[in-house]
Amino acid sequence: MKRIANTIRDIKEYPSALIGLSIIMILIAVSIFAVIYMPYHRAIALWKGADNIWMDNPRNASPAWVNLLPGINIPETIVVDSAGQPGIKTITPIAAETKTVDFRLGFDYTYGEFPKEINIFFTAQYEEIPPHLDLIWHTPDGRSISLDSQTPKHSSTYRVSQSSRLQRRTGGLTPHIGLLAKPGSKPEVPLQGKYELEIQGLTFEEAADFEVKLVVYGHVHGLAGTDHLRRDLLVALLWGTPIALAFSLVAAVGTTIFGLIFAAIGVWYGGWLDGLVQRLTELTMILPALPIYIMVGLFVSRSIWVILLTVILLSLFSGSKIYRAMFLQIKEAHYIEAARAYGAGDFRIILRYLIPRIIPTLIPGFVTAIPIFVFLEASLALLGVGDPVLPTWGKVLSEAQANGALHMGHYYWVLQPAVLLLITGLAFAAFGFALDRIFNPRLRGL
Amino acid sequence: MQNNVLLEVNNLKTYFEMKKWGFVSIGHVRAVDNVSFNLKQGEALSVVGESGCGKTTLARTILGLYRPTSGDIVYDGKSINEFSKGEIKAYRAQLGYVQQDPYGALPPFMDVRRILAEPLIINGVKSRQEQEKLIERALTDLKMTPVEDFLPKFPHMLSGGQQQRIVIARAKILGPKLIVSDEPVSMLDASVRIEILQLMRQLQEEYDLAVIYITHDLSTVRYFSERILVMYGGKIVEQGPVQEFLDNPSHPYTQALLEATSDPDPKNAETFKKVPGGEPPSLLNPPPGCRFHPRCSYMIEGLCNREEPPDFIIKENHSAACWLYR
Repeated sequence: MKRIANTIRDIKEYPSALIGLSIIMILIAVSIFAVIYMPYHRAIALWKGADNIWMDNPRNASPAWVNLLPGINIPETIVVDSAGQPGIKTITPIAAETKTVDFRLGFDYTYGEFPKEINIFFTAQYEEIPPHLDLIWHTPDGRSISLDSQTPKHSSTYRVSQSSRLQRRTGGLTPHIGLLAKPGSKPEVPLQGKYELEIQGLTFEEAADFEVKLVVYGHVHGLAGTDHLRRDLLVALLWGTPIALAFSLVAAVGTTIFGLIFAAIGVWYGGWLDGLVQRLTELTMILPALPIYIMVGLFVSRSIWVILLTVILLSLFSGSKIYRAMFLQIKEAHYIEAARAYGAGDFRIILRYLIPRIIPTLIPGFVTAIPIFVFLEASLALLGVGDPVLPTWGKVLSEAQANGALHMGHYYWVLQPAVLLLITGLAFAAFGFALDRIFNPRLRGL
Repeated sequence: MQNNVLLEVNNLKTYFEMKKWGFVSIGHVRAVDNVSFNLKQGEALSVVGESGCGKTTLARTILGLYRPTSGDIVYDGKSINEFSKGEIKAYRAQLGYVQQDPYGALPPFMDVRRILAEPLIINGVKSRQEQEKLIERALTDLKMTPVEDFLPKFPHMLSGGQQQRIVIARAKILGPKLIVSDEPVSMLDASVRIEILQLMRQLQEEYDLAVIYITHDLSTVRYFSERILVMYGGKIVEQGPVQEFLDNPSHPYTQALLEATSDPDPKNAETFKKVPGGEPPSLLNPPPGCRFHPRCSYMIEGLCNREEPPDFIIKENHSAACWLYR
């Protein structure tokens, strides 16, 4: 206990260690928050994007905080939904079971740029005959442009931006530009003011009804932006934290402990066992790890846990040369001889007398080894053998690369996971090197 | 008297095989070669000799840390050659071992409580209260009081003398009948040597312990033991009671050894001592005949360098392996 207290006191003398430790603490807090706020199954479902969860999000949107930068006013997404506004509908019966349903969905457009796209979503309740809708677009300067008439099924989408018929009516401009452009402007600038979408509906059944949702997609979304599938990157960045920490921690613990135990057994028993451990160590030293991970990923399983197991298996003996050198020295210590003299057995000596002696010297190396495995997971994902289910930082990077994020100027897509990887590495390195100076005081002067 | 013998060492040989290229044997290092002696219950015995004469190997063989090449050690009527692996562990636990370097002998990552509890845990003292009781008694016996002050300390927080007392406390915590102490005071300050030796002597008398005291320092022997063995080149060259031995050293090597002992006498500053030249013998290829003959000023040509001397009785209980006494 006192030793731990001393270590903590020493850590306080190294600002780098404090910074590193605080970043690690924040990462741990984020992990805990992520797991509680967004339970595993929900995160996976969100990341899979099932049931059009993300339809209201723009594609490839930058993080919303970009708008906080001075002089930038990028459109945000505008959603106007008739379902949330009871009483806006004017319902007039005109024949048996036939009614007209009229209403307007309005919004203020104040941005200097055009939206990314416009979609209109319909949900309708009917038995046999779907309602018929005429859509009219009213601009702030009083023009009216009729959009394509719709006969929505129970749930359907009118992709305004992709309607080529509409494009002819908006002067050859892409509809979402043509509908909002100031008349006669070249190049086009958006006309600011109150826009309205008028819906003139006809329903043909007693109980029939419908709802309309207008989505004018902006260029920014959420804290982290979105990817090409409209998914909120925050899901992956949040959930990437616990995965990265768990993967690297288990990998670092596994590789260290097994190497330690095998080296101790080899040194203690000596003879052919020591020879065997050493030959196996040399064997694992020459095995090319990365190609093996890729082959396992391609032929066995891309699950992160299978890769983790492979990492541990491949490094079972990896550290044992260094540990062996330490153990050879400790084996001759008099206290070991004394322990044998009072009857300690082989395993007690290995576990209680050999290994505890070198643990303090190992802790710094252990801490600095953690980011290696964080990066390994990211590299594997980048090479296309990342876990297919889990949202991870590496996965985000890999998809960004596959979709030409940098080429298209979506810097946020690459920079956010990269920065997270970097500060994780930096935090563990800063903390580990400070621990090294505390546990191995001889290095202090260097 | 005879049934009081605790330890009997008969023609003990401990050899280490030397190998070339990992498998070709190029001979044996005869670290302990044909050593026999008896130790009675409650007796203190000193083993004296220069560095590399096999004292420590003898101690370790007696402790069961090395298996003897041949010969026999009989402890309490049982031969250790017949012990199984489990029995040898139990046998080791019945002997206390005090080492030369007290700091090295204590695991630096354990506190005093843990260090003293380890032998108890290993040898089946499971109850916490019993452990506490035994630890407290051991520390009190070594005058490390108040006990509570020492229990949470780590070895590096203790002085050399305190460390050695912890080592002794650990050696006797299981209540052994025999303690083997291998140069227990040679790493300590001169000021605490006598204190530690007197403490050991006191414990020995109090608990009727048999003690094998290994040293190269003849000046401490008289504080400690009744009987003395002199080893040279893996063999015993002289044995006898301490007083008799100091008054009448018989083997030329013993004489040289006594001569080399320093006395606090100002005259010594101006005198040169007569010490035998040459080096200790190679134990891989020991000289034929008497192992001391290349350095001996009384060497008898044709006898000392041909035939090994048997033990010659000089007085009752005092013998020397030297042809001068044939």
